[in-house]
Amino acid sequence: MVKFILNNELVQTKLNPGMTLLDFIREQKQLKGTKIGCREGDCGACTVLVGEENQGRMRYESITSCISPLGNANGKHIVTIEGVNLIDTLNVAQQAMADYFATQCGFCTPGFVVSMTGYAINKNKTRQSTCNDAISGNICRCTGYKSIEKAGLELEKQLMDTQGSEDFEDLAEKGFIPTYFKEIQNRLKELTLLKPSTNGAVVANGTDLYVHHADRLTEEAVHLIAADRSMRHISFSDNRCTLGSNTTVTDILEHRRLQEIIPNLRQHLKLVSSEPIRNMGTLGGNFVNASPIGDMTIFFLALNSTLTLQHKKGGKRAVAFNEFYQDYKKFDLKADELVLELSFPVPSPKAQFNFEKVSKRTHLDIASVNSAILIEVEGDSIQEVHASMGGVAPIPKYLYKTVEFLKGKTLDPINILKAEQVLQKEISPISDVRGSEQYKRLLGRQLFFAHFIKLFPSHFSLKNLSAP
Amino acid sequence: MKNIDSYTHVRGESLYVDDIITRHDTLYGVVFDASKAHAVITSIDYSKAEALNGVVKIFTHQDIPGENQIGGIIADEPLFAEKEVHFWGQPIALIVAETELIARKARKLIEIAYEELPVIVTAREAKEKASLISPPRTFKMGDADRAFAACDFVYEGETFSNGQEHLYLESQGCYAFPLENGAIKIFSSTQGPTAVQRTTAKVLGVPMHKIEVEVIRLGGGFGGKEDQATPWSVMAGLAVHHLKKPVKFILNRHDDLRMTGKRHPYESSYKIGLNKDLKIVAYEAEFLQNAGAAADLSTAVAERTLFHATNSYFVPNVMATVYSCKTNLPPNTAFRGFGGPQGMFVIESAIAHAAREMQVRRDEIQQANLLNENDEFPYGQIARQVIARPSWTTAKEKFNFEKLREGVVDFNHKNDHFKKGISMMPICFGISFTNTPMNHARALVHIYQDGSVGVSTAAVEMGQGVNTKMLQVAQEVLGISANKVKLETTNTTRVANTSPSAASSTADLNGKAVEMACKSLKSRLSAVAASLLKVDITAISFHGDSVYVNGEKSGTSWEKVVSQAMLERVALSENAHYATPEIHFDKSKEKGHPFAYHVYGTAITTVTIDCIRGTYEVEEVKMAHDFGASINMAVDVGQVEGGLAQGIGWMTMEEISYNKEGRLLSNALSTYKVPDIFSAPKKIETVAVATDGHEHAIKKSKAVGEPPLMYAIGTYFAIQEAVKSFNPNYHLKYDAPFTPEKVLMALYEK
Repeated sequence: MVKFILNNELVQTKLNPGMTLLDFIREQKQLKGTKIGCREGDCGACTVLVGEENQGRMRYESITSCISPLGNANGKHIVTIEGVNLIDTLNVAQQAMADYFATQCGFCTPGFVVSMTGYAINKNKTRQSTCNDAISGNICRCTGYKSIEKAGLELEKQLMDTQGSEDFEDLAEKGFIPTYFKEIQNRLKELTLLKPSTNGAVVANGTDLYVHHADRLTEEAVHLIAADRSMRHISFSDNRCTLGSNTTVTDILEHRRLQEIIPNLRQHLKLVSSEPIRNMGTLGGNFVNASPIGDMTIFFLALNSTLTLQHKKGGKRAVAFNEFYQDYKKFDLKADELVLELSFPVPSPKAQFNFEKVSKRTHLDIASVNSAILIEVEGDSIQEVHASMGGVAPIPKYLYKTVEFLKGKTLDPINILKAEQVLQKEISPISDVRGSEQYKRLLGRQLFFAHFIKLFPSHFSLKNLSAP
Repeated sequence: MKNIDSYTHVRGESLYVDDIITRHDTLYGVVFDASKAHAVITSIDYSKAEALNGVVKIFTHQDIPGENQIGGIIADEPLFAEKEVHFWGQPIALIVAETELIARKARKLIEIAYEELPVIVTAREAKEKASLISPPRTFKMGDADRAFAACDFVYEGETFSNGQEHLYLESQGCYAFPLENGAIKIFSSTQGPTAVQRTTAKVLGVPMHKIEVEVIRLGGGFGGKEDQATPWSVMAGLAVHHLKKPVKFILNRHDDLRMTGKRHPYESSYKIGLNKDLKIVAYEAEFLQNAGAAADLSTAVAERTLFHATNSYFVPNVMATVYSCKTNLPPNTAFRGFGGPQGMFVIESAIAHAAREMQVRRDEIQQANLLNENDEFPYGQIARQVIARPSWTTAKEKFNFEKLREGVVDFNHKNDHFKKGISMMPICFGISFTNTPMNHARALVHIYQDGSVGVSTAAVEMGQGVNTKMLQVAQEVLGISANKVKLETTNTTRVANTSPSAASSTADLNGKAVEMACKSLKSRLSAVAASLLKVDITAISFHGDSVYVNGEKSGTSWEKVVSQAMLERVALSENAHYATPEIHFDKSKEKGHPFAYHVYGTAITTVTIDCIRGTYEVEEVKMAHDFGASINMAVDVGQVEGGLAQGIGWMTMEEISYNKEGRLLSNALSTYKVPDIFSAPKKIETVAVATDGHEHAIKKSKAVGEPPLMYAIGTYFAIQEAVKSFNPNYHLKYDAPFTPEKVLMALYEK
């Protein structure tokens, strides 16, 4: 039994929790404002908000309902476009969209409005994002976005006059959301929830599995592990950082301590998909997808991470992350094992980290090549270094040989150029829809250089590494 | 006036085909399609699929009572493949089941065997093998051969512009259900309701009056639903015909991407001849259009390529030839610009080539050759009310092009890591269907007895704001407030024999018809009001829901006159027919006057490329556009910005990719990228060129749908400029889209 509040209505359903939230909303509830655009989380036409209590307050995030299992709504507040409508008038985001002619064919519009309303609710919280970030997962084919951007600026302007934070009273009074939001926190508390099934296909938030297997999962039993909050945490002890495998990219991006440890963390992770997908995508999911180009995989490979795997019967074992991947989509995870958590040593204050990613479209795209590096320099000598590169091998590649070469070397262009030669021997890209082999080799070189140009601008420039 | 749909759009209350109320016994369709691009079907076994619980029936060509033929211009495209398949994704059967999921599961159970035939993927290969849709066509003016011989400079080269997926956010779809006596009603997401009606009737072997097609609105069309919305509706109609039950059929995104045609890829070659004064004296172009496996609209698209081969320039000696090449791709189709952009890209490439060799700037050559009043187009039309130079000058002066250009040069001197590029891009686009007989429309206007008004036209609302403009026209002519006018759905029983909503001319054609109908109604009501108020009819006018006598407000309301008209049995409905005057074209001579008028404009584009990574950003696009006397500037600016962004996608990141076997590789939104909010230009600025507009445009408000897309060609050349300034060894290439891959390879080319 899945139980949740859909807009202002309590919903209880015995339908298979593996069906998509989108189908439930449109077909079972006949709420047709949420649109079907792509069914792979890439267009945002089906965006809804998920609200849940976290540390005593309601927190709302946008998700794409097309790749979200119904069962993950259990105990939460799901808000569709119908749920942000006021009676006989437009909410602030809607009015701005209409005023700035930011809607043409209208098909993408409900998704934009939901994302923007979510932004209005979250504004002034821990988030330091803009309205554009909030709509980074929404594709519009008509407007060219400038009118939508203007509507977003108008929304931001009007939000300046609010109390901010989860003051639903204030937000409702000023017309950002309907008044029923005020009661949701208490209503959710009153729900008595049944424990979800632990049999069937293991699904976290579905961002990967539902792209290809939604039909199958609609009918099959699913084991929804995202319900297990104990697997969603970021903690520090003994100078190690540990992240539960249900931790989302957004959790990481917004974590204050991680932001301190990894400068530019926000900029790096904004290259990872879009806001709704970052709200859903989990570390564990990214790791076991085993894509040779997985952003989070490449990111954490360079942080010298260790995975903890847990057997269903309770046994745990640790495996070095750079030894986890064996061959294309093959990795060291036995049947009945789950990725429990990832941990990495907190880098020394002297260490520097960088992440690079190039894709056809800068945001909401899969990389052609991505790469990360963690490097510690004493004087001019490289003391410690870890580096990874995606899109250049059957597995997400930890650059053993390149790293080995770099250790102990002086930080000068000759050594970096030599290291790049080692890199080229270590990688083996193939031509595919993300680029030709030749391109990926060139791009691999450039991103490798980019690390050094960015981290050590006094030593390296485009001129001394990579003139045409 | 705001878009009249904006209130329901932002609330999620606007209805699209997939949202309308369905009968509880509705069945669902899914297409079974070819998984080879060219092959003989040696066997198909449907038995396992048919046996699946919930499958109702699988329809094939054998179930077609009429003709198995959906080709619009040339009858070369079956609804369902019979013995052979000609493209990957070609429909073979329609599975109808109790749910869409069951139908999809059944599809996996169909067993098919093929004997493969040679596959042609590129236009060049097709031309070499003489695989053509129709004979080539040539537009000719002057004597290019002789002129080349006398030119100071002659350059030749080749270009490629890739296809483009429409990516309307709402995929193709329809809902069909039985009416009485074998009649069928189809709600379709189509730009061409009559095409759906006509084709369904033909395939079912029934008269057209048995098929009623209704369109509420589209979630985007861009040309992709002009012709290619038809087959899905016909299939649903076929199922309803046999099963007498409602059938809903919405393509999922992957099916839509795989099965439908796109913008035509073009492989072209050019020869350009100039004199020292930068005048283009002669231009020759050969366009190889990749039409795909059937004609669809390809011949018309090819024709428009010729019409726009010289863009905004006057060239006295022209020879342009186009080949519609038959390949084994899905039949390519209409897409905003309709072959025009492909033609313009080639001459802009030729100019870039010449500029590089002659060591002058592109814009110097462009400026020297802009059209002037009374210049002749290669197809014989004399250019009148030419706005080419005014728009060029407006752009240059208003946006201070010289200063922008100097800024770019200065930036590039000072920076190694980033380089900027700037370009100018003039456009000239002819307005009218180039097939003259299609330039007509009708409007049916009812004044209800309470004074409210309903307007039906042939126009399909797909986001372009045509219904808002129709409402404005009706309201203005009748002198009543906007809330008294409602725009009805587009329905073939109310407005018949329509041309599709396409060619940027929907507002012109339908608006003129609305204007005519409303004028007739107004003149009848004026007579009623005159007799009511006992004044001469010439004294009567209507404003703000009131009757005015000699310009003075009377105490008599609009409603009063309408109810009086009812009492007097005056007709309160009017049907008007509009056909564009003056236009004609003689295909045997390839000369005539095909366009009601032309739309002009000039864009300035600045880009910045990251020379380490090969990525780039469009900094700003500044446009001086010829709106005429716009009746809705905000709607029109929306078209300019949206068209530009779509064009930028075509020129930069949207990369259609087929493998040698003819299988689409860019087959999902994860592999086919369209612009998102971060890849739109950081700044877009649009100014209106001061013009009067054209009398053939509705209220002199010029057509605006397609022309702005072509401003984006400037983005390609701005990127090229930036690459050039980083890598002097770079050999100019004319190979769109200019993806980050191509940029990086160009930056480090030896």
